[in-house]
Parts: sequence; C-alpha cells; structure tokens
Amino acid sequence: MKDMADGYITEDGRKIGGVMMEMKNITLRFGGVVAIKDISFDIREGEIRAIIGPNGAGKSSMLNVISGFYHPQEGEVWFHGSKRPSMKPYQVAQQGIARTFQNIALFEGMTVLDNVMTGRLTHMKTNMLQQALWWGKAQAEETAQREKVEKIIDFLEIQHIRKTPVGRLPYGLKKRVELARALAAEPKLLLLDEPMAGMNVEEKEDMSRFILDVNDEFGTTIALIEHDMGVVMDLSDRVVVMDYGKKIGDGTPDEVRNNQDVIDAYLGVAHD
Amino acid sequence: MTDQFLFGVEVVLNGLMAGVLYALVALGFVLIFKASGIFNYAQGVMALFAALTLVGIMEGQVPFAHLINAIFGTEIHHFGWHVPALAAILLTMVLMVFFAWAVNHFVMRHLVNQEPIILFMATIGLAYFLEGVGDLMWGSEIKKLDVGLPQGASFWIEENTAFLGSENFFGFFIDQLDIVATLVAAVLVVALVAFAQYTKQGRAMRAVADDHQAALSVGISLNFIWVLVWSLAGFVALVAGIMWGAKSGVQFSLSLIALKALPVLMLGGFTSIPGAIVGGLIIGVGEKLFEFTIGPMIGGATENWFAYVLALLFLVFRPQGLFGEKIIERV
Repeated sequence: MKDMADGYITEDGRKIGGVMMEMKNITLRFGGVVAIKDISFDIREGEIRAIIGPNGAGKSSMLNVISGFYHPQEGEVWFHGSKRPSMKPYQVAQQGIARTFQNIALFEGMTVLDNVMTGRLTHMKTNMLQQALWWGKAQAEETAQREKVEKIIDFLEIQHIRKTPVGRLPYGLKKRVELARALAAEPKLLLLDEPMAGMNVEEKEDMSRFILDVNDEFGTTIALIEHDMGVVMDLSDRVVVMDYGKKIGDGTPDEVRNNQDVIDAYLGVAHD
Repeated sequence: MTDQFLFGVEVVLNGLMAGVLYALVALGFVLIFKASGIFNYAQGVMALFAALTLVGIMEGQVPFAHLINAIFGTEIHHFGWHVPALAAILLTMVLMVFFAWAVNHFVMRHLVNQEPIILFMATIGLAYFLEGVGDLMWGSEIKKLDVGLPQGASFWIEENTAFLGSENFFGFFIDQLDIVATLVAAVLVVALVAFAQYTKQGRAMRAVADDHQAALSVGISLNFIWVLVWSLAGFVALVAGIMWGAKSGVQFSLSLIALKALPVLMLGGFTSIPGAIVGGLIIGVGEKLFEFTIGPMIGGATENWFAYVLALLFLVFRPQGLFGEKIIERV
C-alpha cells in the first residue's frame, strides 16, 4: 500500500501525499573525506521522515544539503517535481524550507518574540522605503504578522517568556523557541536536527508531542535527525538509516528494526 | 551667580555641542561593528569623501578634472552649473549607496569568516584608497561647504542670558551650527534606533549581527544586509561630513576626526548606539572642562590628549565601555 504514488492514509488517519522532495544519488565530499556517498531517498507530503544513524554517519551533512548550507559534488535535489538549482541557504528558506540546528542557532541578544518574528521575514512583502518611513501597509503588515506569531507562541506554550532575551533561557526552552521560529515561517518542509539532543525524559516527551501536533494540526512535512531510537520509531512514518555516509536501510520503523544491516551498524557485528 | 561659574556653564554647553559631532562619527563605527564585527577604519575618510563629493556636486566641479586634463591636454574644471543643496545631498547619498555596494562586492564578500584583524586591515586599505580617490576626483584644496545651515553666534541666546551675570558677562556664546548639529544628531539617532527596532530590515539587521547561520536559515541574505549597513554608515558619514565641513571647511584633516571617535567608542562601547552618543558627549564636555579648569595650570593644549588618556583609563578599569556587553568567558 505504501508504494502508491499519490499517497496513502496512515493507521492513525493522517493523509500522506505524493513525493515532495527527492534526493537523487547525492555525494558530498570534504577534500578527500566522503561525508555522503551516493544516497537517494524521498520525502512525501505530510509525513514525518527520520534520518538515523551512528555518530559521523553523515546525517547532519544530509540535512545541510537539503537546506542549502552544503552543496553536493554529485547528485540532484528535486523539490515539488522540479530539479533545484544550486541555492544559497537564504534562498532555500524563501522556498519554504525551515530548519533548526543541532547546536541551537538563535539570536541570543533578541527577545523570544523578536526571534520568532524573524521567522516571518520571508512573508513580509512591504518594501524598504515603506518600512523605513513606517508607511501605510508596513504597520498593518507588522500587526498581521504579529498575530500569526502569537498563535505559534501559544501553540508551543512559551507565552510566559515572550519578552525574555533568549540568552537567558535554559537549554530545553531554547530548543522550543528555535522550533517556534522555524514554524513561524509556515514551512512546507521542516527540518529538525536532533530536536531532542541533551534533553531529559520529560523534555523529550514534550518535544515529541509538539512535533506530532505540528504535523497533525498544520499538516507540515517534517524531516528529522535523531539519536534516540525509541523516540524515532514512535514518531516517524518512514526512516532512512545511514552509516559511514552510506544508506543501509529505508522503510517503516518496523522494516528498519528488522533490517540486519541496521542491527549490525547499531549493535556491532562479530568478526570471526 | 558669579561670572566664573557662568563661564563654566558655557564651557559645558560648548563641550556638549562638540561632543555631538564626535558622537556622529562614532555612530558610523558602531553601526558596522554591530552588524558585521568589522571595525571600519575608513569611517572618517567616508565622512571626508561624502563632504568632498557634496561640495563637488554643488559647485559643478568636473570629477577627475586633473586626471582628464593631464591625459587629454584639456582645460576643463567646471561644468558651469550649480546644484541646489538638497539635490546634491541626494546625489551624494546615491553615490554612498553605490560605494557600500562596491565595498561589499569587491572586498568584504571575499573576506567572510576571516579573522577580525584581517577585516580591520582591509578597512585600512579602504581608507587610503578612498582618500586617494577623493583627492584624484575632487582635488586636495580646502573647500567651503555651505548647504544653507545657520552659522555664527546665536544673538538671541546671548541677549537673553546676559542678565545672569555682571556687566562683564555678555551672555552665553553658542554657535547656531552647533545647535543645528545637535538637533540633526538627535533626529538621526531616534530614526536609527526606530529603524533597527521596529522594521523588517532592522530586525534582519539585528539578526545578522547576532548569528549569521541562524539568519541564513530564516531567509535573510547576508550580502543584502551588509550593503544596507554600509549604506547606513555612509549616510551617517555624510551627515557628519556636512556638519564638520560646515564648521571647519572640507579638508583632508577631516579624516583624522576618526581618531577622535576611538576614545568615544572606548567609553561608550563598540556595540551600543546610545553609548556612542553618551561617550561623545562625555569626551566633548570632559576635554573642554579640563582645558578650562586644569589647562591653565599645566600650560594648556590639553584637548589634544585628554580624550586618549580618558580612554586609556577606561581600558584599564572597564574595558567593555559604559554600555558595551560584558565580556564573559565561560570555562
């Protein structure tokens, strides 16, 4: 059933659409080091797609390729049915792909509200002169954007820290603010680089709930990287497994769990 | 009130006015430093270049006249027209925006992620380049800049304050140009702060200043923001150039006021717009007051070094300046 090109309905009743993004034979090298070797996979509309693998497997590199921070030497990136030319990260963001970072990249000196507002920048249409003179539409636009941002702040339950400078927040909340900023862009595709790294069990549960809610309520397609196998298996519809820059598994959590290569990569293999 | 006290007040007032001009130059430094971490040594020369260009356009001077005449053996110097001040200011601003674009396109873009010292050296190069171009383009003689700002003592203030002292006191002597400069600086600062705080580009500018990677991820083009910031610095330089030029003529020593902005920045902190203003005022008042009170005891001419000694004291006891972010190294 999952091979159907136009999508399918999941067990919990969510609609998964056709292919939104397709990575074709991606190879990424840093000098002589091959970070990603000939990997292909796709991301379907509306699904939660996980990329897992041991340390140094090339997961973050793959996310950086998708978001335009790295440019692969070989291979093609297809988005919404057309081949994507080599793009700068800000252009990728303007196409509707938002992301978070493994080592949180927030604007530390700005308040939570201002941070989340930067997520709306790609949606603000008034030109610079209107902005500079605070003319007509500029003000109305700011108000409209502000409303959307407040909704996301409510959704992620960070109202109480709206006016706090981000630099003063604890780690777990920073992660949530970063998610809020990415969500504010109303992305078609949301990339999460280890959204639960360094969190305690309770924070992980919160974050898992938010990720599921985002996918459920906004229908946002999500691709995420995670170390915690348990979390990944619960959250995702399909999983790509990487090891030493190569793809060693791809399928539903159950398929991946029973894949011998994956078991070997995670548990080690006896050399006799 | 004794006359001595009134003279003191006058000294403070004049110090405040002088401080405003220092602050104007310092402001340009802060803008670029905040957004890109570059200490722009060329800020003073940018003010000089803007003032030179403004005079050149207003007087209808032919740019590169000496060069053209030397190559083609012609004798052209003037177009023979005069451009109104406001139009000339707009044209100069257009040129400063082009300069901002060129700086980013040909220099800074290629030095992304380099050490601060390398970026600093690049701006030193830029300063000498721009000084040379300014000389070649408009000539090196001292020029008079008159954009129609009022000048000379304000008699109204003199007449209305004369009653405060004895018959030997003739009222406060305050240059009208200084008053205008103060008003302009106040408007400029309020506008800059509002722009940074409440507009889309301002928010993007603060975002870039904070974290490049994160800024890219929310769709901000770094190149655009850098051109914007250098343009703003160019605008501030133009305003500073007009004020200084109107006060003491457009001459190449104008680029040396950049050095006076250094102590201002050390007092105010390199990353604070209000800091640049307060730092400028403290230096302005401080050096005038010091010259007035201590100066006669030690032979005068203290204005040349007072600011630097004050900056030195700050470097020892409060290196981040009055408003700068405290430098905390986490271990």
